[in-house]
Amino acid sequence: MRKHKGLMVISILVFAFLFIPLIIIAVTAFGSESTITFPIHGFSLQWFVNVFESESFMSSLALSGEIALLATLLALLVGVPAAYALARYSVIGKKFLKSFFLSPTIIPGIVVGYALYQYVVLTLNFPVFESLLLGHFLVVLPYVIRIVGSSLDQFDFAIEEAALSLGCQKGQAFFKVVLPNITSGISAAFMLSFINSFNNIPVSMFLTGPGVTTLPTTLMNYIEYNYDPTVSAVSVLLMVATIVIMFIVEKTLGISALAK
Amino acid sequence: MKKKMHYLLLVPCLVLLIVFLVMPLIQIILPTLFPEGSGFSFTNYLSFFQDEYYMTIFIRTVKIALISSLVCMILGVPTAYFISRCDKKWRGILMAISIFPMLTNSVVRSFAWINILGKNGVINNFLMSIGVIEEPITMLYTEFSVLIGTIYLFLPLMIITLVGVMENIDNDMMEAAESLGANRVKAFMKVVLPLSIPGIIVGCVLVFTGSLSAYTTPQLLGGPKNLVLATFISQQALSLNNWTAASVFAVIMIITTLIVMKALNAIAAKLDKRGEV
Repeated sequence: MRKHKGLMVISILVFAFLFIPLIIIAVTAFGSESTITFPIHGFSLQWFVNVFESESFMSSLALSGEIALLATLLALLVGVPAAYALARYSVIGKKFLKSFFLSPTIIPGIVVGYALYQYVVLTLNFPVFESLLLGHFLVVLPYVIRIVGSSLDQFDFAIEEAALSLGCQKGQAFFKVVLPNITSGISAAFMLSFINSFNNIPVSMFLTGPGVTTLPTTLMNYIEYNYDPTVSAVSVLLMVATIVIMFIVEKTLGISALAK
Repeated sequence: MKKKMHYLLLVPCLVLLIVFLVMPLIQIILPTLFPEGSGFSFTNYLSFFQDEYYMTIFIRTVKIALISSLVCMILGVPTAYFISRCDKKWRGILMAISIFPMLTNSVVRSFAWINILGKNGVINNFLMSIGVIEEPITMLYTEFSVLIGTIYLFLPLMIITLVGVMENIDNDMMEAAESLGANRVKAFMKVVLPLSIPGIIVGCVLVFTGSLSAYTTPQLLGGPKNLVLATFISQQALSLNNWTAASVFAVIMIITTLIVMKALNAIAAKLDKRGEV
């Protein structure tokens, strides 16, 4: 490649803009003072201890993980068959159905949360946990439909036909032939769904109750009343988790799976 | 009989979306069209557009979305082009570096700017320590801080979207343009940019609609004085129990998102006859 000096300078500045704020947070997490200071004047791990000792952080972390996992599984459970039907058969209104399944993306998260709160919590009297789960299901379903759908579009259904004509049952053919061929799509959908549910805030804003608060919501509430490095410590832990996930994805699916 | 099986696979997904997305939306939209004691009318929406305070919030939101789309585009195009011209190994590394902030929680990313822009933040401390200013400058809880936070939030998305398009532009084309006498800048403007326009528009749609509906960043960096549509909805509904205003805002948010998406996609389809948007 020939040199593009000007482009390189701009790119370096852009990456500096993207990373310096995160580096500052990471540094402040190790400060010894009781308010956030940068640069730090002493080294301490007390803020990390704080995080692990705080019941609200730990229980909301567990809840966020649980919701993200359940919402993702639910979305895969109903989304994969739907994506399969759309890719495989000539269904009436295919185009409309596909955009309907993707439609939660165009409804702002805060509106999804607000509407679910009004209808599911107040009208149908659903418990908050189930409502929150449904909200997150809506957030992640489009990822499943889009990503699994595009791997199915690339799948050659003649292979499935072959299995059928060789005596496979319909279900057998799906599980033994189709599914193994779209595992990378399903894994990518799983990762992105999990991460996006875990990180979501607007949908969760309305759907909280006693004992049901996600980690990002707990963080938001904490920031409103405190200015100590505990949040920096949580941020560092989350960033480390992100790096681990990215590393695993790079080794298995390739990093571009996360850019979908 | 067999045909029916196909539709059966779609049923669970359809039912969940109808019951838990369409019905809730209808339930918030209907009351806004039937104001108390009267029949069907758009009164609620007309009064929205006549209310100066509401309009300020609406215009502020659109303004922030517009400026951040523009800035993300201006910064994203050269960066993405640089990434797309790197060799495979570096492209992978730079893509990973661009994806990382996107996967980082938006509370964390907004919190970073509280530390930087705040009264005791990094910038104020630095400027005071070298004696440029004596009193801290107010940067946090302004429209400016919301704007910075929003650009910060969506720039990686723009870069990744653009790399996806620019990767496919052949280096030979640039070389052909240059060997035919175009200088590098001109070759970029005449060859790369036109081919990237569909991608740029997709990126702008994502950034614009994303910042239009952003909640976390304006909530943390804007404070109560710089409400946008999303933070206004939560304030009206959660603290003031003003369900009508919240619902009207919700509807307006959805409609604005739809209009912008349709309009930009139509432009993209017109510019790009392959219509890959």
